[in-house]
Amino acid sequence: MNPELPPGLALQKVDERIMTLNVGPQHPGSGHMRIIVQIDGDFIVACDPDPGYVHRGEEKMAEYRNYITNIPHLERPVIHDSCNVLYPYVLGVEEILGIEVPERAKYVRVIASELNRCIYTMYWLAIYGIFLGHSTMFMWPAGDRELLIDLMEKMTGARVTHAHFVPGGVRNDLPPNFEDVCLRQVNYFEKRIKEYAAIFYDNPILIARTKDTGILSRQDAIRLGTTGSVLRASGVDYDLRKKEPYDVYEELDVHTNVMKEGDSYARSKVPWLDMLESCAIIRQALQKMPKSGSVRVKLKPNPKGKGLNSVYKRVESGRGSLGCYIVSDAKPEPYRVKMSVGSFRNLIALPYLLKGEKLGNMPSVYWSLNYWPVEADR
Amino acid sequence: MSSDSENEQIETTSDVEPASKTSQVAKEIELPKFEKGLADKIVEKFGSKTKVAFVKPDRVRIDVGRDDIKEVAEFLRDVLNFDHAESVSGVDYPQDKEIEVVYHLGSYTDPSLARQILVLTTRAQREENPIPGNDATKLPSLREVFYSVEFHEREVFEMFGVYFQGHPDNRRLLLPEDWADLPPLRKDFAIKGR
Repeated sequence: MNPELPPGLALQKVDERIMTLNVGPQHPGSGHMRIIVQIDGDFIVACDPDPGYVHRGEEKMAEYRNYITNIPHLERPVIHDSCNVLYPYVLGVEEILGIEVPERAKYVRVIASELNRCIYTMYWLAIYGIFLGHSTMFMWPAGDRELLIDLMEKMTGARVTHAHFVPGGVRNDLPPNFEDVCLRQVNYFEKRIKEYAAIFYDNPILIARTKDTGILSRQDAIRLGTTGSVLRASGVDYDLRKKEPYDVYEELDVHTNVMKEGDSYARSKVPWLDMLESCAIIRQALQKMPKSGSVRVKLKPNPKGKGLNSVYKRVESGRGSLGCYIVSDAKPEPYRVKMSVGSFRNLIALPYLLKGEKLGNMPSVYWSLNYWPVEADR
Repeated sequence: MSSDSENEQIETTSDVEPASKTSQVAKEIELPKFEKGLADKIVEKFGSKTKVAFVKPDRVRIDVGRDDIKEVAEFLRDVLNFDHAESVSGVDYPQDKEIEVVYHLGSYTDPSLARQILVLTTRAQREENPIPGNDATKLPSLREVFYSVEFHEREVFEMFGVYFQGHPDNRRLLLPEDWADLPPLRKDFAIKGR
């Protein structure tokens, strides 16, 4: 305090500079999740993600139902990517029960899985657009998704939550002349999403919002154990469809998209490139698929595992690698099911990416992690 | 170690001779070479501290006691190039009075290990009336070795009551803050109506 000034004019130092801000759990910018952010002016000092608002205990419920009746409710974490979420569980149950899958069913699975990946990514892209205030980018993907949803409806009978994969194949055979319709729709879809580059990825405003924000170096991406598009955007060439091919992926030509920047722009571009890759994979699969044959092995009711053994299977989904760890004993119900999901593994990177960023960049960094709160909570 | 991975039971870490060993004598199955090499390196280094539970294609499972797990994990990271943990899951065995914690380790940096998952397991003592954090259900944390384990270990702590010593942030993650029941993924926590 300066002694020469009269007491009323004494200057006070403000020492409480840090403000704590709760984003969520019902905020359009966070999904069903709370992010506790500490800001100093406009800059984020620390951040603490707090998931768990949609935790329903899927893993606990799975211990009370048998292997087949688990199928409809284990796909609930990500309903618009339901084929991929179910995939590792089905592969694991097949290994436990010792089932051989027919060749045609494997191709149908690959087609369904790639269509679902595109459906998920379009949804994600639509929300990424509206996060950044780009309304057209919300409406176009939301409309173009319908092309593929119609295809899935033809194939499985449901628009979302297909429950199409069962141990031993798929539930139904493809409808007649599905291949021609699928090829036509996918070609048109590919033409459509190539137009997104001009409106979205080459847009100077979007580049200003996302370039050089939330940079994740290659070394950190490996150390934090991130997966999927986050990892590939940081320059690590790792895709399970190529590295550990399951079903028929080893017979198909899969190209991995890798970008080296590791910022939000790269993380948002890699899924879009993956969609173009998915279209190519679907075309190859339609060409190589056996034209007839069975798509499902008949199972006994309530099949049981043999003794105490454990299986860990992985697939590549739209959000990274999905693993399913199943411990079985000699009962019709699994002893323990653990889903290791990509969103949960990528969430650990969020505090490191947000530190030092401006608060206005939070939506672009957070949603570029390809994060789906419901999946992380399980 | 019995070589039949198909019908093999996961044995406990106790010294009791399992019955399955005597019954399977003649059945010899060719073990995958690369995975066998990985398992042999670990056994060579640690000898009787570790036990190879199975060797399947792309999957090797190592059982370790709770005192040696950190040492084994550091060896896996520095010598065998496993650089991240994919998932950490707990499995509850009430009849053994133990809770098993399973680490699935993978590698991004070593191309030869891209397909491999190394399953590292250890067991913690199980209390009948758990007080999470204040009872004997404790394990050393692997966060200093594998950084990616941070959220997974928090989840195992709240779901099973396994306290990880040395973890910087043992808070709840998914459950509500006022959860005052048993840890929910234990077998004695029953679902209503079932």
